[in-house]
Amino acid sequence: MLIEQLITSFIATAAFAILFNVPKGTLLQGGFVGMLGWALYLAFLEVAVDPVVATLLASCFVAVISQVFAKIYKTPVIVFSVSGIIPLVPGGLAYDAMRNAVQNHYDLAVPLAAKAFMMSGAIAIGLVFSEVINHLIRRFRRG
Amino acid sequence: MEQSQSNPAYEVVQVCLLAGKIMLENGGETYRVEDTMTRIADAFGLPNAHSFVTPTGIIFSVEGPGQTTRLVRISERSTDLRKVTDVNAVSRRISSGEMSPAEAYRELQEIEAAQPRYPVGVKIAAAAIASACFLIMFGGSWHDFIPALLTGGAGLAFLLYFHRLVPIKFFAEFLSSLLIGTLAFLMLRLGLGQDLDKIIIGSVMPLVPGLLITNAVRDLMAGHFVSGLSKGAEAFLTAFAIGAGIAFVFAFFAGEGGL
Repeated sequence: MLIEQLITSFIATAAFAILFNVPKGTLLQGGFVGMLGWALYLAFLEVAVDPVVATLLASCFVAVISQVFAKIYKTPVIVFSVSGIIPLVPGGLAYDAMRNAVQNHYDLAVPLAAKAFMMSGAIAIGLVFSEVINHLIRRFRRG
Repeated sequence: MEQSQSNPAYEVVQVCLLAGKIMLENGGETYRVEDTMTRIADAFGLPNAHSFVTPTGIIFSVEGPGQTTRLVRISERSTDLRKVTDVNAVSRRISSGEMSPAEAYRELQEIEAAQPRYPVGVKIAAAAIASACFLIMFGGSWHDFIPALLTGGAGLAFLLYFHRLVPIKFFAEFLSSLLIGTLAFLMLRLGLGQDLDKIIIGSVMPLVPGLLITNAVRDLMAGHFVSGLSKGAEAFLTAFAIGAGIAFVFAFFAGEGGL
């Protein structure tokens, strides 16, 4: 089960990187970042962390690794972070919300939509948070 | 005399604007575009450059001798991160003083004209594989792997085709999600798949504006309110187009007793 998740998330993120036209040399790294982010997210869910918090932590982790890779491979961070966060995007939730709305189950649709919104906010905050950390570290090193 | 004095600044502004335009058209973040442009200007000896970047246009202005202000309109946006990477590399070389403005301009023009790295067939295959893998990641069963593979690939193929046919992006997205929904229903009818929702979720993922949503929130938090709001609007419209396409299918097939 876990191995299945790891392999599919690796392939899915690398395939997404192709859709975003990332340079060939960074496809595998992008897949790796996505796999780690997804694994971390699943691990948090396993120990009963709230999905929103799990998304936040996983996306922050994805961003940190992307920054490290960006330094190593001298490419913009976005090349790695973009495909890395794709598994965390609450596509399923948004779909469920939409489907319920279409079938006139507004009472079910609204909380789902709110949750999807919270999760995309969590992804963005995770990304920004890691940038802040990065900034602080650079400041600190410079003295 | 005055002409020759203002010329160098003019050339640098050309380089900055082209670099910014390529990055913005191909999915670069707003703050990075601004940063790259002012950095290039700085490296060419124009420290007082200001840029105002929104998803639909760039205003760039230089103070001092030969001061100019110029505007570029951005109408087409897609995601080609290789171009962003290439511009980034050029900007690095400019910063380290390896390039003249003329050289940089020539190289940027080459980057702009470059064709996407991956042929359409490869992209469709990638979308198909991604859709099938997302199905598994979201807890689908392996029975639905092939249906998701087919609908996901067909979805992107339709999107690319419609996009060429109809210039309105949202309409192309609406039509392709309509086709994804219809295909998924047909597969279920033919007994190929089991879980309709999971197949649709997986197949729709390549169309979902995940990148736009996160970039929008990020721009908002960084204080780039104009670009944050407009990216948010674009993401919302895309999501709405996809949702409407699927909703249409549901309304049609459910009425026919399909569910």
